[in-house]
Amino acid sequence: MSLENLYAQEIDDPTLIDEEEVRRTPFWDWDVAIDAFPSILEAFIKYTLLVTVLGTLIAAVLGLVIAVLILTLPKPLAWIVKWLANFIRMTPIVVQLIFVFWAFLGTIEPLTMGIIVFGVHYATYMSEVYRAGIESVPKGQWEATTALSMSPVRTWQKVVIPQALRSTVPSLGNYAISMFKDTPFLIVIGVAEMVTAASAYGAPLSRHTEVYTIAGLIFLAASYPTAVLVNRLEKRLAYAH
Amino acid sequence: MEFFEDWPGYFQVLWNWSDRLLDGLWVTIQLSIYGGLLAFVIAVALGLMAGSPSLWLRAPARVLIEVFRGISLVVLLFWLMYILPLLWMYNPGLPFRGIVESTFLLGVFALGLNYGAYGAEAVRASLTTVPKGQWEATTALSMSWPHKIRRVIFPQAWALMIPSLTNLWVHLLKGSAIAYVIPLVSDFTAQLNQLRRPTDIWFSHAFIGLVIYFLLALVITVFMQALEARAKHKLGRGPSLREILSPAPKAVIPETSPAGQPQQKSTAGGER
Repeated sequence: MSLENLYAQEIDDPTLIDEEEVRRTPFWDWDVAIDAFPSILEAFIKYTLLVTVLGTLIAAVLGLVIAVLILTLPKPLAWIVKWLANFIRMTPIVVQLIFVFWAFLGTIEPLTMGIIVFGVHYATYMSEVYRAGIESVPKGQWEATTALSMSPVRTWQKVVIPQALRSTVPSLGNYAISMFKDTPFLIVIGVAEMVTAASAYGAPLSRHTEVYTIAGLIFLAASYPTAVLVNRLEKRLAYAH
Repeated sequence: MEFFEDWPGYFQVLWNWSDRLLDGLWVTIQLSIYGGLLAFVIAVALGLMAGSPSLWLRAPARVLIEVFRGISLVVLLFWLMYILPLLWMYNPGLPFRGIVESTFLLGVFALGLNYGAYGAEAVRASLTTVPKGQWEATTALSMSWPHKIRRVIFPQAWALMIPSLTNLWVHLLKGSAIAYVIPLVSDFTAQLNQLRRPTDIWFSHAFIGLVIYFLLALVITVFMQALEARAKHKLGRGPSLREILSPAPKAVIPETSPAGQPQQKSTAGGER
């Protein structure tokens, strides 16, 4: 991809649409919709889902690492890690994507960059969830590991983390959903995820209604059932406590 | 390293371009403030509707919340940008054409609707945590609906919903960076990207851009923490803002959530 060829810079200008042309064509054209659907769905599976799944995996693992580091490192180091995480969390993922794009241009594929940026960005959110989960492990459990003279590694591995993870699952699920809904931000680094594919299909035909509606419906169809599932899991866990 | 030796040059370029960067920053601030206000109005309206006992109010609110939350911000933005204006093109007589002709306003609407729907959930959830006795008391005093919401229910829910609204507002600020793809709107991110073209030292500028976004997010957080302290003081649960800000030593430190913490579910932390 050439330097100047970022998709976001050549996006269709809606203020330049020819009104007479629009009035001659129907608002909704089923032929276009049926033609566009396979390519949009393909982009959804190949890019949007891929980024969401791999990004969530990175975030889930890295988030736990950050949380444990903040809780175990000596004060000044923990403070640095904490504010680094705060910094990443409180700055826009769009700017982070562009930043990483220009910094590593030519060395890493944009798709890989996207996965890493999403993973790291959401890791900073998930670390907060883990931290809260770890802090909710009863004090008696810590005291018991001391009484049994377990090593710190064993304490974390066998006692604290298994208990902490349980209550964090619903929140992690919510962040995975919000990462899923953020994937269209990849448009700024030219990754052909679903919305980019939709507009790449619609722009040459000047048909926007069908492609964006399909993209929106796919988002709804994927995120709503997942959200309901996560919600149920949350209620069940709350009940089990 | 070349990169560190060039720092004075970077600042020189930033200084030369400061007018455009400040213009962009002003657009981003406007997007965040107008978008945030719109999101707040939508959140309160939809939240009250979603929490009402009447199905006729609850059902449409739920549908709107799920749609505006469920489709991504970018899809919502493209809907407003490409599909909404078609209504005016097919029916040239419709009023308020100016709204869809301003890409800035469409950006504000996209941000407001998306984050307003998230906020509606926060408003609804905090309304349910207001003790039932409070609702019953307002009925016993035969207060009118607007009166009891304004005087009794909302002030209590307000103190509870501020932390989630703070997170959402920071999210909205971060989401506003996508305005970079909106034609004719040059927000801060767009101006930063413009800066790369003549100078080709994007790395440092993007970093400075990130720092400025971070500072804006901190400003929002501090402002909302002040609002929270004030709301709690009004409910008689904490010191007043003046007491907190005064240099004199204070007895009680208000409970405020740390900067930009993500919203915690009740199951994740707190009580064992």
